Amino acid sequence: MSIRQISVFVENKKGSLVKITDALSRESIDLRAMSIADTQDFGILRLIVSDTDKAVEVLRKENCIVSVNEVVGVRLRNEPGALGAVVSLLSDKDINIEYMYAFNGATPHHAYLVLRVDDNDKVAEILLAAGIKCITEEQASEI
Amino acid sequence: MAECYWQKEIETASREQIREWQSERLVKTVKHVYDNVELYRKRMDEAGVKPEDIKSVDDLKKLPFTYKQDLRDAYPYGLFAVPMSEVLRLHASSGTTGKQIVVGYTKHDLEVWDDIAARQLYAVGADENDFIHVSYGYGLFTGGFGLHGGAGRIGATAIPVSSGNTDRQITILQDFGSTVLCCTPSYAMYIAEQIKAKGIDPKTLPLKAGIFGAEPWTEEMRRQIEEMLDIKAYDVYGLTEIMGPCVSYECSEQKGMHVNEDHFIIETINPETGEVLPQGEQGELVFTCITKECCPFIRYRTRDIGIINTEPCECGRTFVRMSKPMGRSDDMMIIRGVNVFPSQIETVLLRQGYLPNYKIIVDRVNNTDTLEVQVEMTEDMFSDTVTKVKEYEKALESELRSLLGIGADVKLVAPNSIERSMGKAVRVVDKRKLIGG
Repeated sequence: MSIRQISVFVENKKGSLVKITDALSRESIDLRAMSIADTQDFGILRLIVSDTDKAVEVLRKENCIVSVNEVVGVRLRNEPGALGAVVSLLSDKDINIEYMYAFNGATPHHAYLVLRVDDNDKVAEILLAAGIKCITEEQASEI
Repeated sequence: MAECYWQKEIETASREQIREWQSERLVKTVKHVYDNVELYRKRMDEAGVKPEDIKSVDDLKKLPFTYKQDLRDAYPYGLFAVPMSEVLRLHASSGTTGKQIVVGYTKHDLEVWDDIAARQLYAVGADENDFIHVSYGYGLFTGGFGLHGGAGRIGATAIPVSSGNTDRQITILQDFGSTVLCCTPSYAMYIAEQIKAKGIDPKTLPLKAGIFGAEPWTEEMRRQIEEMLDIKAYDVYGLTEIMGPCVSYECSEQKGMHVNEDHFIIETINPETGEVLPQGEQGELVFTCITKECCPFIRYRTRDIGIINTEPCECGRTFVRMSKPMGRSDDMMIIRGVNVFPSQIETVLLRQGYLPNYKIIVDRVNNTDTLEVQVEMTEDMFSDTVTKVKEYEKALESELRSLLGIGADVKLVAPNSIERSMGKAVRVVDKRKLIGG
């Protein structure tokens, strides 16, 4: 079970991000979650959005470099220790996390985690076995 | 494809015949410039060479060189060998540095030019049924009029679009039925990118071939343009001082450009010593015009670095071929004591999967030369993880280092952020020249 994430190449230059956020807001695309990985001369903006296909189309039209890949979306109880449980569970099973980021849902009881791992299905299985639920893309877009 | 020749008996003449033409025409031309151009008379007198001493092509090496500076010094008409009443047209080189240089053409010179452009068009498979889309600039620059003249000569339909306004170029490519596109390779690449961006399938265009020249480019770039535009891309060589485009032309074999040896004699020399190199050795290309009336320059130093190939060509043409020039010796950068050509960097970029949209920035920091290569990110070289992107970047840096012999910093920039050129692309920014230069 996985959800699609959009990554956008962002040059380390004034106005680079504005171009992206403007384009998305013009087309009424909602951001569900985001994170930025930055290096010395460029950044990678990662987005989970309400309409992935449309967002990709809009961004490409703006000449953005876009890549779409699948990540695991995890729903957690919004309480201390919830993240720790996931991380240690995966560590025990020798799963390497390339990167991750978290966001809050509309309800106060849940938080969400985006995980970039090698084998999404395997991770979903491990988590489910421990009673932790992963979300579908549809669910992610409705958060 | 059956090979098409515009002037078969000339283009496939025996080597002996070509040599005979060359000797006879060289003798005549040397006398013509000695009698009519003060500079040649003076230089030859100084060198102790009389026109009578030139009896065949073997005597060519006795003659002094002609340099670009001579054209600047003689600006505008000082090297013309005919009265102005016989001059039908003037062209001038863009002259990015220093004074412009001016050349003139008699009626006969223009006819020769049309013929050699016609040879180029026939060699890429064009004939009277074709639509020649000329996106080289029209004006003092020789690019536009050169190919235009060739189109008229073969009876094809010329579309004199000139350079610029890429949207209009694409509309014309779609609506006018252009079958052969003529422009600089960097502009062809830009048109190809824009066609892709507009979501137009190149297979729906009638375009079948491109004649791309006026700046150095690489085999990798050729393949990329061929793929993106779904055409065959041919190389053409020329320079204002010698004629304009089509001094040498590529055939269907795409393995070097045939030099129009019935009109020009090509030599390669050691640029430092001026010594003539054996054919097949890399050196500076030197041309001698043997049929021109107005500006028949003798042993003109092109500053282009290339190789002459005397192997017979599959196409049946007997003219020798010259390699794609690696770049003008003027373009060569000396960075930390190492000679670097922009074309080497382009080769690596394309081999690594990047587009030929790049800028080279040379600077000097703390008395050490620095080399930065800015290159546009592409979707193929992008990933959601920093590790992967860095891995591609490292691979590029390491191939640059191994090919150039010095390290370069790669800077990945946003697509379309590197300025596109409608004519000759400006690739290098050398900030060192600004300091105390």
